[in-house]
Amino acid sequence: MTFIAKPKVTHPSLPQNALGLTRRAYEGALSTLCAGCGHDSVTAAIVEATWRLSLEPQNLVKLSGIGCSSKTTAYFVSGAHGFNAVHGRMPSIATGANAANRRLTYLGISGDGDTLSIGLGQFCHAIRRNLDMLYLIENNGVYGLTKGQFSASADVGTRAKKGETNVQPPIDPVLLALDLGATFVARGFSGDKRQLVPLIEAGLKHRGFALIDVLSPCVTFNDHEGSTKSYAYTREHYEPTVFADFVPREAPIVVDYAEGDAREVALHDGSRIVLRKIGADYDPTNRAAASAAVQARLSAGEYLTGLIYVDPSDARADFHQVSGTPEEPLNALPFEQLSPGAAALHKVLGRYR
Amino acid sequence: MDATDTSHPDYYHRVVDCQWACPAHTDVPEYIRLIAQGRFTEAYLVNRASNVFPGILGRVCDRPCEPACRRGRVEEKPVAICRLKRVAADHREDVTARLPKIPKLKNGKRIACIGAGCASLTVANDLLPLGYEVTIFERFGKPGGLMRSNIPAFRLPESVLDEEIGLILGMGVDLRLGTPIESLRTLLAEGHFDAVFIGSGAPKGKELRLPGRDEAAANVHIGISWLESVAFGHSERIGERVLIIGVGNTAMDCCRTSLRLGARQVKVMARKPREFFKASAWELEDAEEENVEILVNRAPKAFVLEQGRLVGMRFECMEYELDARGRIVAERVTGEEFLPADDVILAIGQENAFPWIERDLGIEFDKWDVPVVDPKTFQSTRPGVFFGGDAAFGPKNIIWAVEHGHQAAISIHRHCQGEPVAERPPPGVTLHSRKMGMHEWSYANDYAPIERRLVPHVSLKERFKKLNIEVELGFNAAQAAEEAQRCLNCDMQTVFTAKLCIECDACIDICPVDCLTITDNGAERELRGRLKAPAVNTTQPLYVSSALPQTGRVMVKDEDLCVHCGLCAERCPTAAWDMQKSLVRWPHAADEAEALEARKPKIA
Repeated sequence: MTFIAKPKVTHPSLPQNALGLTRRAYEGALSTLCAGCGHDSVTAAIVEATWRLSLEPQNLVKLSGIGCSSKTTAYFVSGAHGFNAVHGRMPSIATGANAANRRLTYLGISGDGDTLSIGLGQFCHAIRRNLDMLYLIENNGVYGLTKGQFSASADVGTRAKKGETNVQPPIDPVLLALDLGATFVARGFSGDKRQLVPLIEAGLKHRGFALIDVLSPCVTFNDHEGSTKSYAYTREHYEPTVFADFVPREAPIVVDYAEGDAREVALHDGSRIVLRKIGADYDPTNRAAASAAVQARLSAGEYLTGLIYVDPSDARADFHQVSGTPEEPLNALPFEQLSPGAAALHKVLGRYR
Repeated sequence: MDATDTSHPDYYHRVVDCQWACPAHTDVPEYIRLIAQGRFTEAYLVNRASNVFPGILGRVCDRPCEPACRRGRVEEKPVAICRLKRVAADHREDVTARLPKIPKLKNGKRIACIGAGCASLTVANDLLPLGYEVTIFERFGKPGGLMRSNIPAFRLPESVLDEEIGLILGMGVDLRLGTPIESLRTLLAEGHFDAVFIGSGAPKGKELRLPGRDEAAANVHIGISWLESVAFGHSERIGERVLIIGVGNTAMDCCRTSLRLGARQVKVMARKPREFFKASAWELEDAEEENVEILVNRAPKAFVLEQGRLVGMRFECMEYELDARGRIVAERVTGEEFLPADDVILAIGQENAFPWIERDLGIEFDKWDVPVVDPKTFQSTRPGVFFGGDAAFGPKNIIWAVEHGHQAAISIHRHCQGEPVAERPPPGVTLHSRKMGMHEWSYANDYAPIERRLVPHVSLKERFKKLNIEVELGFNAAQAAEEAQRCLNCDMQTVFTAKLCIECDACIDICPVDCLTITDNGAERELRGRLKAPAVNTTQPLYVSSALPQTGRVMVKDEDLCVHCGLCAERCPTAAWDMQKSLVRWPHAADEAEALEARKPKIA
């Protein structure tokens, strides 16, 4: 919690994006989270990514549920649309909004409690439907807002601030998403923006459901020795496997990577992700191999990070294709089309007789 | 880059741009804070400790602090530091009881000061409290030197001068008015004084030898001598049309004084284009506000006389070629112009002159006939004879002369105590945390997005009625409180402790001016390019921490635009960042005396 207002003054040589905006235009209200919270770093990464993408603030929709993580939508892009849903129910709102207007960019922010405990059902079905959104989990392994109980992502053996040891096995959102057929699965760390910012950019541009699980330490209740989600532990045990560079559609194609060192993956809108392998022969387009690699590292006590899996093909239909949502936003459709009248209703109902 | 050594006293001093730029190292943020609290007397005393003449300097200082002010980089206009200083002087209470006490028992050492200007007065101010007996010799009937004779009363009222000079004289100066020193040999031979300080200024105006100069002598005046005769009431009128030759600060005083002595049409003639003017921007502004015309690219050629009387001057019209860096590479004369005038005032510079110093006293003079003076100790080549102010290194301004006086006083003290003068007391910096509680800081760190306040002036109609109507009215208390809010508190230092940092990025994310970055270390030039906002101002240092514990990267801070809002410290979970007030200790003679005393063996 900070009581000093952030001065409106800016650095005169702050760079501008294609819209002529500086990073400051993508900021929101001043954070009320604890000083040093990983979530604030994620917020800063989102500010950086949306600025770099030159997203028009009014074309972004921020959605969240309940929890420390879900407060963070207030702290970036104050010019965007926002919706704070009930606990764990953000995916439903995202689905409805998506159906009504597919032209906007949807960014859902959730936490490990909001996603993996109370909201687990909704989370799974959003993946299953291949909802067109970036779903970002700020994962810290504790319920910070209720003073630090273990959450569903706490690792076995991790110790709480008061000393108890966790014995319940964790749910890993990355493995779950791979299992349920998500088409973009990544893991990041709030303390590594070089890796995280391009992931957010790519996730926002990906068509279909993109998941980024961000390890985001709770500085108040989970940053002690014995915790497996502290800053220090995460730094020691996270393994950047695939470094993804996001290349917007407008950027010229320049290949400056040594052959065999990098590969490009084109996204649906023409932008590209350049994947640079850091680990040995890792194939981020092979779902089974990705799943196995994550599991292997987890059993060794390490988090695989980077763009873990991406399917840029048209093989999986997204939510809009399956549901046949209109190209035009509902609020732009003429009344006759939105409400075709009693005769049309009878015709539809006739199909079920 | 190597980790920054913040224990060096200059590091944090330099962050306080105004204090670093001030020759006397005035603690500007501290006195501005006191003004904001309405503690004008305390603000005055903070000023007086370093610059001795806050009321005078608050009006006529050349203000090197203002171009240096960080606010001028963050926004456009610096804090009106100089005018705030005046506020402290205008609104203060009597300070006599709070001045240093003068010991009744003297230390037996006698000092002669030549010239009762700001340098000599500063020497007296520093040495009298230590028990010295100080005698000041002054050729005029009033003390003050060039402050009195060359600065017109409409800029610096006599009452202000008298009061601040009076504070020093009141400490017990033996002031000998109307007593010019005709021979230094005689003074030294008397053997009455243990040290001599020469603060006789730069009293000689430069001459312009052109055809007609001697014939027109009655109507051609040398700027500083003319100002002097106006100040002492010897000159009361001037012709209707006046030409001022030269465009320095003296020229500005000459043209504005002319307007008050009956001139109707005053033209300032400049040889070069505006960007080469020597006058300070605000003095030009004030003169132009009074409808003084400044003509550029006119080189004086001859004084023109008719029937033995000056009728005007002829000028060559010049054209200059500038290179990319704005330097003159070629000049051409394009024609000639005659401008009518009843009087001409020459304001093309001044120099020091020592016809009264015999050249065989062991005081060495260089090839320009200027005494050789040590720039640190202010001692001449003859031990025990010191120079300061304009007499030492030619014309500068009051604030420099004051600092010369302070430094010379240290030297004189060491000389009289039999200590080597070259060994100087070192400057120091102390730091104290301003953290009061979880979210409490004992300083106002809100950034006030207000523009520089303008000082009200007396109307153009009123101000010419008398010679001594002060044009600037000064801020009132409310205006001063507003302007004081613009100060960025640069002395509230951001102090970083690398071993506490957990690299959570909180400070970097919150910094409003993007001056922090955690990154891999590198060479300075390359590092400056890859900070969160490129550090383009290479005159401002980068702070580089030692390696951070978790990743071995470094914390880099670009000092250039930090607004000292304290958000980095406020958002730091481990207090690796802290806001600490720096107090720069810039030693004066009293500190030196204390140090010398402490070193003496104690007899129980």
